[in-house]
Amino acid sequence: MQTYLGPVQPPTEDKRWKIVEATARRNGREPHTLIETLHTVQECFGYLDETALRFVASLLSVPLGRVYGVATFYHFFTLKPQGKHTCVVCTGTACYIKGAPALLSAIEKTYGIKPGETTADGELSVLTARCLGSCGLAPAAVVDGAVVGRVGAPALLACLGKGIRP
Amino acid sequence: MTIEELRTIAENERQARQKFQHHVCVCTAAGCLSSGADQVRDAIKKEVAEAGMAGEVLVKSVGCMGLCSAGPLVSVETEGQLFASVTPEDAAELVRSIDTGTTELKRCDTSAPFFERQRKIVLENSGKIDPERIEDYIANDGYRALVTAITEMTPSEIVALMVKSGLRGRGGAGYPTGLKWSTVAKTGEQAKYVICNADEGDPGAFMDRAVLESDPHRVLEGMAIAAYAVGAQSGYIYVRAEYPLAVQHLKTAIKQAERLGLLGNNICNSRFSFHVDIRLGAGAFVCGEETALIASIEGLRGTPRPRPPYPAQEGLWNCPTLINNVETFANVAPIVRNGAAWFAAIGTEKSKGTKVFALAGRVANTGLIEVPMGITLREIILQIGGGIPDGKRYKAVQTGGPSGGCVPEQHLDSPVDYESLARIGSIMGSGGMIVMDETSCMVDVARYFMEFCASESCGKCVPCRTGTGQMLAILEKITAGQATAADVALLEELCDLVKNTSLCGLGQSAPNPVVTTLKYFRDEYDRHISGEGCPICKEHAASSAEVSQ
Repeated sequence: MQTYLGPVQPPTEDKRWKIVEATARRNGREPHTLIETLHTVQECFGYLDETALRFVASLLSVPLGRVYGVATFYHFFTLKPQGKHTCVVCTGTACYIKGAPALLSAIEKTYGIKPGETTADGELSVLTARCLGSCGLAPAAVVDGAVVGRVGAPALLACLGKGIRP
Repeated sequence: MTIEELRTIAENERQARQKFQHHVCVCTAAGCLSSGADQVRDAIKKEVAEAGMAGEVLVKSVGCMGLCSAGPLVSVETEGQLFASVTPEDAAELVRSIDTGTTELKRCDTSAPFFERQRKIVLENSGKIDPERIEDYIANDGYRALVTAITEMTPSEIVALMVKSGLRGRGGAGYPTGLKWSTVAKTGEQAKYVICNADEGDPGAFMDRAVLESDPHRVLEGMAIAAYAVGAQSGYIYVRAEYPLAVQHLKTAIKQAERLGLLGNNICNSRFSFHVDIRLGAGAFVCGEETALIASIEGLRGTPRPRPPYPAQEGLWNCPTLINNVETFANVAPIVRNGAAWFAAIGTEKSKGTKVFALAGRVANTGLIEVPMGITLREIILQIGGGIPDGKRYKAVQTGGPSGGCVPEQHLDSPVDYESLARIGSIMGSGGMIVMDETSCMVDVARYFMEFCASESCGKCVPCRTGTGQMLAILEKITAGQATAADVALLEELCDLVKNTSLCGLGQSAPNPVVTTLKYFRDEYDRHISGEGCPICKEHAASSAEVSQ
């Protein structure tokens, strides 16, 4: 069991740190709440930067190395800020055999970015998902949080083109 | 909560339902939702209100109806009609003709094999009840099994019941559920845990998501019965963060069950208490392995450890832990309600009950199906699935995700049960079933799965970490047309090595797609190394070049 944990100063005045603290405190700031706490950070800030990792480490009294290890082990966590718009292309089996590679190569040709990258102007990030579970609608992609099913490369590019210039 | 109180809730709910002449159910599970089912529901509600029929027509959101390819689906329950690809513009027509039945909307023939050949146990409430209302679940016999179990049965009676039912783990390996429960139950009085494995990481599988989204109480009820049977006090549901709707429905369900005293302290005024918490996964396929999953709940990197000791003896925080899959828990309440003999009468000699499959890929009807064990693959793909569209030819079906194999046409008549699938080189797996036609190159498919395994390998043991990487490099060389026969021979050797020396199921089963494609589609490998090249791969390269121009 844990010994007394003193107060931890949030890195900035930002109110979102309070939400992070609340998640940790709900579980008694036990080390096993690390993944939950990182989820909250990513929900609040969009990504995990060094400041956040250091704060979480001190909050839960966990070595920074372990926090970094966990943050990099799980694909869901990202250490880089995302673009203004995101496009997640599903590369699950059903989507793969129904044309997901064509979607990715079309995005690469148009915007010059590969999965995991963001355009230089910070407008668009393209990511891949292992499986969205929308296999009945393959191939599928998620554009800014909305699932687009049975999408061909021209339709996906048109969908992205609405908000983002190549 | 007593059985009488439960009956009162059910009765009140049924009476409230009967006040309405028509029940319109709109599927708002993830599949239909992404084709705009929420707008359809709102449009129908608006039309009903405008037509002044709010007292006659009940419009509710329900879970998955199965036929995802025809979404958004709307059923008019009282008339027994099912409409496919409904748009918000269709709402007026649907409401106007609700008494007479409409001919203008696209209907699904509910007597088609897709519906007729299924047998629903796990999915019996799915697409019928509102997953966000506990009363709706209770009105469909919900929580009756839990209350009966706690008030009328002893824990050992329940374990005996599970043993007798012959239920086997639905996560893929098929370990007898009753045996697992009795191992945990025998560990004596101490802190124990029940974990529900909802980390459905196989690409191409969405059964667990559908169950959690459509009928979350069923899983909670199963977990609570399990906890009572094995003597656990708390439990976790480890669910993928990629399934936000499932997480939301689970959270709501836990709160509702706690409010009615069906979860929490002193359930049914007994000494039994059970608390459930949700833990979010963070996108690691290996966390579907039970020891890796436990590490992840403990807040560590999800790496597996050698077994024994099995989690049933030393699991979460070194306490005895019962881990079952979502679908396994969903089978528990019907078994308690209907008896072990009823369940054991369904299926084959060694594989009892039904299995839910996610049917996807090159098949006419994609979606979620539940079939009795022992049905043949041919029946599933050609009858329920409606065959291969666009006049193409069937080539293979991939079962069990990256751990499974590809089944060619000559084995289509194999029955679907744990042993038969293993005999032909594949596995039951969690239930993903991807159909491929002649437009898929099997070497490329093997490369795809190996890429997945190499990237998802946790890196703890050497055979899996470097072996999958080596196999991927060879497969890439083959698909690029640069390999020789010696490379294929080395690939076969590596398959054997990785399979036999890896620490956990991920590595042990990673070679399966390669082994089965080598066995059944050797000619395609030969074509890649002979210099003539693979016509399918060439065509793919040409078409993707065309798209990007």
